[in-house]
Amino acid sequence: MIAYIMCFILFLVGLYGVITRRNLVKIAVSLSIMEISIFLLFALIGYVDGGVAPIVDPADPVKTYVDPLPQAMVLTAIVIGLATTAMLMTIIIRLYRKYGTFDIREIKNLRG
Amino acid sequence: MELAISVITGLMILGALYAIHAKDLLSSVIACGIVGYSLVICFLLLKAPDLAIVQIVVDTITLIIMVAVVLDSSREEKYSKPDTMGYVSAATGIILIFIFLWFFIASIQQLDVLGKSTLRMAGPYIEGAAYKTGSANLVTGVVFDFRGYDTMGEAVVLVTAVLGVLTILRLKGKK
Repeated sequence: MIAYIMCFILFLVGLYGVITRRNLVKIAVSLSIMEISIFLLFALIGYVDGGVAPIVDPADPVKTYVDPLPQAMVLTAIVIGLATTAMLMTIIIRLYRKYGTFDIREIKNLRG
Repeated sequence: MELAISVITGLMILGALYAIHAKDLLSSVIACGIVGYSLVICFLLLKAPDLAIVQIVVDTITLIIMVAVVLDSSREEKYSKPDTMGYVSAATGIILIFIFLWFFIASIQQLDVLGKSTLRMAGPYIEGAAYKTGSANLVTGVVFDFRGYDTMGEAVVLVTAVLGVLTILRLKGKK
C-alpha cells in the first residue's frame, strides 16, 4: 500500500511541474516523470510475493512467476515514451531557434 | 520488499522535486536521469529484467537528447515573479490534484494488495505460452505472439516519430 501511495505522490510531483513551470525543458522533464510513475505502478500491480522472473526453465519447473502481462504492456509504453520525448524535444529546439527563449509566456507575447 | 521499493520511490520523489526546482537546466535534466535510473533498480527488485534492460537503454537515449538540447541554449531559467496566469494555473493544479486523489482512492480499493496479485489474465499465458510460442521468456511470448498487432502498432508509432523528427529539423522557419 505504501508503495502505491509513493507512486501516486511521484505522479502528483510531475503534474505540479507541468502546471506551474514556464520553462519548456522543465515541462518535458515533468512529463517524463509522470510517465515513469505510471510504469512503476504497472510493475507493482504485476508483482507476486516469492515469484521469479517470467522465464521458463524446463529442467527446473517453478510454480510461481510474476505476472508477464503488465510487463509486456510497460515494454510497449517505454518505447512509445521515448518516441514522444524525442518528438517533444525536437519541437522545443525549433521553438528555441525561432524565438531565442524557453519561456512559454514570452513565446506567447513574441508571437503577436 | 515493499519497504525497499518505498525508499527508492522516496529518492525518486526527491530527485523529481530537485529537477523541477533547479536553477540550471543541465542539473534539472541530470536529476531527471536520477529518477529514470532508480526506476531500473525498482524493476530489478520487482523481477522484471526485460523492463530493466529496455529502461536503461531508453533512459540513456533520453538523457543524451535532453542534454543536447540544453547545451545548445543559455542553460539558465530566468526567475519571473508570479502573475495572474500563475495564480490561475496554481488553482487549476490544486483542483486537478483533488480530482486525481478521488480517483486514486476509488481505484486503490479495486487493486490487489502488493504481492498478492491474482493473475486473472495471465493464467493461460503462464500455463501454455512456453509450449505454444516456443519462447522460454514469457514476456517476449506475449509481446511478439499473443499481442503481435500491438507490437506492430508500436513499430508504426516509432517510424512516425522518426519521420516527424527528421521533418521538423529540416524545415526552414519563416522570418
